[in-house]
Amino acid sequence: MSATQIAPTSQRERLLGGLFRASLFVSLAIGILTLCWLMLSILIEGWPRLNQDVLFHFPSSNPELAGAQSAIMGTIWVVGLTALITIPLGVGAAVYLEEYADRDRWWNRLIELNIQNLAAVPSIVYGILGLAFFVRGFLGLGQTVLAAALTLSLLVLPIVIISSREAIRAVPDSIRQGALALGATQWQTIWRQVLPAAIPGMATGSILALSRAIGEAAPLVLLGGLTFITFNPEGLDSAFTVLPIQIFNWISRPQDEFHVLAAAAIAVLLVLLVAMNAVAIFLRNKYQRKW
Amino acid sequence: MSTTTASTSPSRPVRRLGEARPRYGERLIKTLLLLCAAVSVATTAGIVVALAGPTIEFFGEVPIRDFLFGTDWRPLFSPADFGVLPLVTATIVVTACALVVCIPFGLGSAIYLSEYARPGMRKTLKPVLEVLAGIPTVVYGFFALTFLTPTLEKIWLFGEPPSVFNALSAGLVMGVMILPTVASLSEDAMAAVPQALRQGAYAVGASKRIVATRIVVPAALSGIVASFVLAISRAVGETMIVLIAAGGTPNLSLNPAEAMQTMTAFIAAAGLGDQSTGSIGYQTIFAVGSLLFIATFVMNIFSIRLVRKYREVYE
Repeated sequence: MSATQIAPTSQRERLLGGLFRASLFVSLAIGILTLCWLMLSILIEGWPRLNQDVLFHFPSSNPELAGAQSAIMGTIWVVGLTALITIPLGVGAAVYLEEYADRDRWWNRLIELNIQNLAAVPSIVYGILGLAFFVRGFLGLGQTVLAAALTLSLLVLPIVIISSREAIRAVPDSIRQGALALGATQWQTIWRQVLPAAIPGMATGSILALSRAIGEAAPLVLLGGLTFITFNPEGLDSAFTVLPIQIFNWISRPQDEFHVLAAAAIAVLLVLLVAMNAVAIFLRNKYQRKW
Repeated sequence: MSTTTASTSPSRPVRRLGEARPRYGERLIKTLLLLCAAVSVATTAGIVVALAGPTIEFFGEVPIRDFLFGTDWRPLFSPADFGVLPLVTATIVVTACALVVCIPFGLGSAIYLSEYARPGMRKTLKPVLEVLAGIPTVVYGFFALTFLTPTLEKIWLFGEPPSVFNALSAGLVMGVMILPTVASLSEDAMAAVPQALRQGAYAVGASKRIVATRIVVPAALSGIVASFVLAISRAVGETMIVLIAAGGTPNLSLNPAEAMQTMTAFIAAAGLGDQSTGSIGYQTIFAVGSLLFIATFVMNIFSIRLVRKYREVYE
């Protein structure tokens, strides 16, 4: 750098610096203001229908009577089942990669690269996978709760693995060494020391992954979940609809009344997501220890 | 490893701790956990296998040249045309609209959060920004269709106003959705730039703006580019927003104010039609899906490599 730059900040540079800072702040504000615009406009649009009918009525061709009861129950079934499948698998994979895997082995590096890539594969591609293997093909489950849950499980699995790995990595090595020094086996160390310490972080990550599953529509559209369902799921082999799919269905109808209903259902979905995120943040703040 | 064991004389065997007796339970657990990790590899393999079969059958009936370079996409009409170009150009147009939003504003947010915001401010602003990434895509689609498009119609200054379904509002909304991805990954890369580089620049009299634009951004460039590439990959693969707001008619046009169908929107729309297994309609889902998967796969791997590069340099 030349010596002239050592001179005190010039008037021009001060002005440019101020403009630069202001434009950065505007970029940040654009994201946050759009968020406010989106939330407010949906709330205002959906307000007339935001009552208990949305929660307790079944879908109907009459927009005055229609509600999202079967979609809400479908979401609970599908996402509950997704949690049961994906959390044990994801935590298991994370424990393997953090505690057992030898990074010098090519297959372990392949698994890591593979998980990073899977996290960025478009969700519709998972829908194609589900369509080919779970709905038709191999398993031939048809358009059922189980097929949807399996598809969503694979979709959110990378997120669960990545966040669980971070939680496990945050447990200091001294804990492991202490347990091993007292004669615990590697699994005893993991099961009694590492995992309990990592639970808050893993719970937070899993809840965030499930909140992604709740909002996901594209892969389920491909599985054929758009059929008109006026009953709640009764089992794994039951036909289903979920909230985002029901919302999509209402958006694609021409009548404005259905758009109002869609906005009301979106408000329900957003409240559900906010509640899940609040639980995740609460868990993280309350139980996460700093070593 | 082998040299150290060779140096200890073989006549005095080294007794290592923990090898007193074989622990089959421990080995079983390790194998089970490895299987959990292998599910992810099986998923990728499953995707490739699922796509490959029907795609190969598809190209048995449609020449690959006609598919890649044809300009008409009418797979379900007779006579059918299988030129994928209209879907590809639509995907490019929507992605470009998304990048116009997410690259400048995402990078701007990242620089602000990393270089200007005080720690307390960053701690509150970052989660608020990340809420944007957590909103379901159907919600964005609804927002684009019912709020953004009418607004654009009102403020449109030149030429034909955008149609009810158009690539522009879908792309702009998608850009807002991807903005936190760009902001958060770029900010991570900037946070990894050593403080000493900044201090060196301040010591020779650089202003804060110069430090941010000439020191921090170039030093974090591989991470920033990685976030851009990932943003493109997300935009190309996004489905619900374009399905709802960009329309369902294949249209070979570069005008973002027109309705057009992207690759993902076609796949979803064809899926809605409940194609029977083995029919040409069913195979087109997989052929377009293969194209989508290959495109995003290349971008993802490129982006992962770039992130590793800056991690190697600074961390």
